[in-house]
Amino acid sequence: MVHKKRKLGRDVAVVGAGISKFGVHPREVRTTDLFVEAFTELKASVDKGIQAEDIDAFYLGNLSSDIFEKQIHIAPATANSVGLIPKPAVRFEDACAASGVAFREAIIAIASGIYDIVLVGGTEKMTNLPTPEVTETLAINSDPIIEFPAGFTFPGLYATIATAHMAKYGTTVEDFMRVGIKNHNNGGLNPKAHFNSSIKDIMKRRAASAVEKGLPEPHWADEMEFLHDPGQNAVVAWPMRLFDCSTICDGASCVLLVAQDIAKNFTDAPVSVIGTGQASGYPLSERDDMTSIKASKEAAQEAYEMAGVGPADIKIAEVHDCFTIAEILAMEDLGFFKPGEAVKAIRDGATALDGALPINTDGGLKAKGHPIGASGVGMIVEIFKQLRGEAGPRQVKGKDLSIALTHNVGAHGTTVVVHVFERR
Amino acid sequence: MISMAENEFSSSVHNRFLAEKKLMGAKCKRCGAISLPLRPICPKCNASEMEVVEMNGRGKLVAYTVISVGPPMMIEEGFDREHPYCSGIVELEEGVRIPGRIVGVNVAKPDQIKIGTPVTVEYQERVHGEEKRTFLAFRAV
Amino acid sequence: MQKRRKLGRGVAVVGAGMSKFGMYKDKDSKYLFAEAFNEMLSSVDKGVDPNDIDALYLGNFTNDFFINQGHWGPIISDLIGLTPKPSTRTEGACAASALAFREGVFAIASGFYDMVLVGGVEEMSKRSTEEVAEGLAMAAIPYEKRVGFTFPGVFGATATAYFAKYGATREHLMNVTIKSHNNARFNPKAQFNASIRDIMDQRIKRCKERGEPVPAWRDEKEFLRDIAANPVVAWPMHLYDCCPISDGASCMLLVAEEMAKNFTDNPLYVVGIGQGSGKGMHAKDELTYFEATRYAAKEAYELSGLKPEDIQIAEVHDCFSIAELIHIEDLGFFKPGEGYKAVEEGLTRLDGPKPINTSGGLKCKGHPVGATGTGQLLEIWKQLRGEAGERQVPIKDLRIGAAHNLGGTGGTCTFTILEKR
Repeated sequence: MVHKKRKLGRDVAVVGAGISKFGVHPREVRTTDLFVEAFTELKASVDKGIQAEDIDAFYLGNLSSDIFEKQIHIAPATANSVGLIPKPAVRFEDACAASGVAFREAIIAIASGIYDIVLVGGTEKMTNLPTPEVTETLAINSDPIIEFPAGFTFPGLYATIATAHMAKYGTTVEDFMRVGIKNHNNGGLNPKAHFNSSIKDIMKRRAASAVEKGLPEPHWADEMEFLHDPGQNAVVAWPMRLFDCSTICDGASCVLLVAQDIAKNFTDAPVSVIGTGQASGYPLSERDDMTSIKASKEAAQEAYEMAGVGPADIKIAEVHDCFTIAEILAMEDLGFFKPGEAVKAIRDGATALDGALPINTDGGLKAKGHPIGASGVGMIVEIFKQLRGEAGPRQVKGKDLSIALTHNVGAHGTTVVVHVFERR
Repeated sequence: MISMAENEFSSSVHNRFLAEKKLMGAKCKRCGAISLPLRPICPKCNASEMEVVEMNGRGKLVAYTVISVGPPMMIEEGFDREHPYCSGIVELEEGVRIPGRIVGVNVAKPDQIKIGTPVTVEYQERVHGEEKRTFLAFRAV
Repeated sequence: MQKRRKLGRGVAVVGAGMSKFGMYKDKDSKYLFAEAFNEMLSSVDKGVDPNDIDALYLGNFTNDFFINQGHWGPIISDLIGLTPKPSTRTEGACAASALAFREGVFAIASGFYDMVLVGGVEEMSKRSTEEVAEGLAMAAIPYEKRVGFTFPGVFGATATAYFAKYGATREHLMNVTIKSHNNARFNPKAQFNASIRDIMDQRIKRCKERGEPVPAWRDEKEFLRDIAANPVVAWPMHLYDCCPISDGASCMLLVAEEMAKNFTDNPLYVVGIGQGSGKGMHAKDELTYFEATRYAAKEAYELSGLKPEDIQIAEVHDCFSIAELIHIEDLGFFKPGEGYKAVEEGLTRLDGPKPINTSGGLKCKGHPVGATGTGQLLEIWKQLRGEAGERQVPIKDLRIGAAHNLGGTGGTCTFTILEKR
């Protein structure tokens, strides 16, 4: 692809962020209710305050409210829930990259001069439907002619990538598990996470619960043994097991994006957006290399070029770990590690909270949860908090966190959107 | 320009050929690249001069998974945790790849399914709702 | 409070295309979009290399529900050879592709892209009528659905409010239908490419052929009053007040203003563009106007420096006949309560001083939801460039046209003004 170097007519910055608790919410709780929760947190996070009337537009990412909630056209309804009518409200969708793309479009809109202040959000309420129907609703974002009829689900498509990666690089099932363990360690420090627990905590609870039920107390020597126990960690699509898969849950997230030149009206600590990249990709069978998501590379290249940085400059990142294999691919596709070498970095703890390049400090999609539409902006919320030193017990310490990256993938890589942020 | 002659390269035509137990690709008359399923524009050179060619149905497995949690369509067929199914990507002898159901492999031991296993095409007719449809599968030889 | 706005860079339309709208057993969304794309390519007077397209914005309402398939951005970009360019879907119920157009304009105005393909697609006919109704109802607000409102129902209620407030009757709605069908007669892309008179004549002919009693309609109004020919859907909305279920696709090519002449000597410039949102019926001050339309129109007029009287021709969102009456008021073409009189006097006819829906509108052209927005803009494209054939309006020095696209029951509205220089 002929790569044009891109530049924006106007700079933009994030000045507020909020996120609801991710998890299984009761049926009567709608995406609009979760959005109000996220927006309430966002308002409190804007240091010098924000009123709804000051917001020029609302950009929303959502995958399938039509199927999950039997409600479509939710951008105006969501805008209404936080008092934004009659401002423009629009919904974007690019499978699981829905809100990452909404964020990008908000950047573009502000840069065009049409708006100064845009609220960007993401929502999803997945738990109203039983699992097989959720599986199908997700699966229809794959190719309709060749992938869905072949019985592929999303765990299945990523599992296929995983078997290819294992064959090419010797990646093991334990490597996938290590990613899950690391993310759960982080999730255990995140009160908004769906699984606000490390694997060790989960093991303790399961053991205690077995004893309560009068069953023999299970003993697992360590997390690996627990994750190898088919009674605790069943296969979903081999080699992806339950703990390799991000969770079906509900949630909402939002950030406030403004033109850089007015950012100081809202906070003395804005997080600037210095790069954005987006690319589309082919179905799995049409890719030259099944062990890499080419659209990630292309989106990252556009974002890095715009930002004038390279992978080595990124100090902290949120990547799209819809499945543990996806985090491994992201580490390679984003240029943090060479192809086939991400697993070594994981084994060495390089991406842990105290590692050289902390990845998914909020627990990732695995522990935090993956309410699809909310995930893209959810990553940006974490970066906002980390770069401003507001991430509490999971704050990355002792490092200069000036430059960060978020990576949001749609489906198995048919859309990827990457953003680079800087705390100046 | 996309060649629209007789709706030759659309998805419904792909499914019609499957019903006739044929695996058909689109070959670009300009650069020779083969695409599967049928498409009107060549993804390699962007030309709109495609012709329909029949694949011989032989290939090898290049990636796969064994799925325990399937969508309603597969549950209806009787697949579940105890009876998972294999889906994979096959590289045909003509050099083009296509996803399909993979049969004749031991789904109870997924780690022993080998990438590179030779396979040959099989057509599975099933009734879904009120329609009879033909699905693409490959059998390990 | 609405801010004054301006765009960083000018944007022009240099190509447009659409498939015929209709109900197709054997054509799918990809095929229909390919048709629209092909037509767009041939419409670019000096030609264009599709490899120069920087991105795709695609509007779609819910192919997810209608044909069980999502993530249409990459599917369409793959079809037309755009991969790996960014491909994004926009949704705002029936305003989906007008939103794609709007985001495409911003994308170029921001300096980010130079050439963007915008468009929309929808494939509604594969589901049963009841299922489609269910799909459409999802675009209304939850409260309305729970008390049994359907789409036609919401507009039926809007009509009763309008009648009560302004003294209009069903007869005034019929004027809209008759006018639109007279226009559609000249639109080969319309799903119902026939006037009401043509339809009556066909029915009479069929009755004669079958030896059945011949209906005695003396004019179009009698036909439309005949419940057998024009049954009630949600009173006072009858069949001929409602737009149909359709499949279709449309697209347009946008470029930075400074590049437009490389593609055509007759580009159309985007001089005004507005968007607004609205609440459900019970939360509105008044049922006889759409807040979202007024907000969107205000933004577009301010951006362009134009007034309602400057708009010489417009496509408005006549999902139901009553809607057309309200839109021409909300857009400032006629005072509130006077829209129905203007239509009665023939002011909005093809040969009138303010032609509305020369394409036949959604009623006759069809309403494949996601494809409607750019479909409306395409009519303006054709009219301003003198390419509308038998339905070309006879206005001298036709330069400024606009398209109004409403989502759902007024939750979203876009208003876009194009200018020929």
